[in-house]
Amino acid sequence: MHPDDKRSDDKHPDDRHPDDRHPDDRHPDDHTHGPDEVPHTHPEPGIDPHPPLAEVPRALRIGIGGPVGSGKTALVAALCRALGGQLRLAVVTNDIYTTEDADFLLRNGVLPAERIRAVETGCCPHTAIRDDISANLDAVEDLEVALGPLDLVLVESGGDNLTATFSKGLIDRQIFVVDVAGGDKVPRKGGPGVTAADLLVINKTDLAPLVGADLSVMDRDARARRGDLPTVFLSLTEDRAATPVADWIRGLVAARIPA
Amino acid sequence: MSLATLLVLADGRLPAGGHAHSGGLETAVSSGRVRTVADVGRFLCGRLFTAGLVAAAFAAAACARPDRWAELDDGLDARTPSPALRKASRAQGRALLRAARAMWPLPAAGREPHHPVALGVVAAAARLDPAAAAVAAAHGSVTGPASAAVRLLGLDPYAVHALLAGLAPDCDRIAADAAARIDDPVDALPAAGAPLLDIGAELHATWEVRLFAS
Repeated sequence: MHPDDKRSDDKHPDDRHPDDRHPDDRHPDDHTHGPDEVPHTHPEPGIDPHPPLAEVPRALRIGIGGPVGSGKTALVAALCRALGGQLRLAVVTNDIYTTEDADFLLRNGVLPAERIRAVETGCCPHTAIRDDISANLDAVEDLEVALGPLDLVLVESGGDNLTATFSKGLIDRQIFVVDVAGGDKVPRKGGPGVTAADLLVINKTDLAPLVGADLSVMDRDARARRGDLPTVFLSLTEDRAATPVADWIRGLVAARIPA
Repeated sequence: MSLATLLVLADGRLPAGGHAHSGGLETAVSSGRVRTVADVGRFLCGRLFTAGLVAAAFAAAACARPDRWAELDDGLDARTPSPALRKASRAQGRALLRAARAMWPLPAAGREPHHPVALGVVAAAARLDPAAAAVAAAHGSVTGPASAAVRLLGLDPYAVHALLAGLAPDCDRIAADAAARIDDPVDALPAAGAPLLDIGAELHATWEVRLFAS
């Protein structure tokens, strides 16, 4: 770290302690409301203590979750291939990450290494995307600082189970990926990923005849579980650009950026 | 002072990034130095009386005088020879400030101060006293690796929590000492080192696959 970095925002107005504010802006002195209360002051009721939102819309953040082996990393690679030339794109991965994964994205996804950040999850991939999102938020922010404004950040979860979902404090929309080889009963089992994800991807449809999976059963069960939420079928061996997923993302990005 | 506020700050479920840090335990497990509950007990004890002691002293001092955060931050840099551990400490300090900013109005403390400094500053903002900040620091220095031990080694969680209960009086003692030294110059504050944690952290940072950030 550069020696000047860590104190660079000393004077940021949002970091001001109430006691540092101009006396006219300050809440009255310590006071209590009842016999059990310690003396305290309130943050200024008229002042939002949170940093202001950027005027330009920040990058759209899309979480990609799903069980181990369902094809999340392959989908991320396909999306990088499809969208990398059109959108300013970066990826945060929570998967147990090796240089092979990086090479996989580099080879297949035309995404330079500086656009990928890996986050360690302490054996708890669901915690890092749901209960304690701080490492992921830091990674997203660091990418934006290093690369400048971005249109899209894909946050890939570590392979987990059917109950893992992303916090809305981390992402704007989430995609849940299951594969036909995991069994055609997966949509019926439900779980928050299947029932509530903004897009359900049923992946590896090319394997269906080999594993005896009935796609019509999966389609019917997904509709029953998800109501009006969309579900797409995908085979990355036949559609290397993950067209239905890439189109869904393009629509979301377009809706955020004023023409 | 509100004891319930202290519990909020010291709760392992506080979303401040701690779950992804093993406090050096992942390296100790990988090298075979920690295998059993008894090994974990010795590891936690060693960590408490080195890293925990220093963290408690700096958290207490930062709580007493949040405006001294930069000087204390430099003092912790000097006490943390491993660049990987400095990075881990700053990452956790940054994450704690992020979580705390949503709960209390915070004064300036930089973008990513060392974790004990952030903890002291946050404790002051929450109107806790230096002894409370110190006990949260000491306690936190062992609860993180204890949880990591359960996850990495599949140990009996009751046995591991019994270790934490056994260390509680030591945490209290360390916190009381820390609170008594808040007026000491930074150079006079505790500087207990744990060379194996430093070396282990540097090795850990080179691994291709790791489950914990530190």
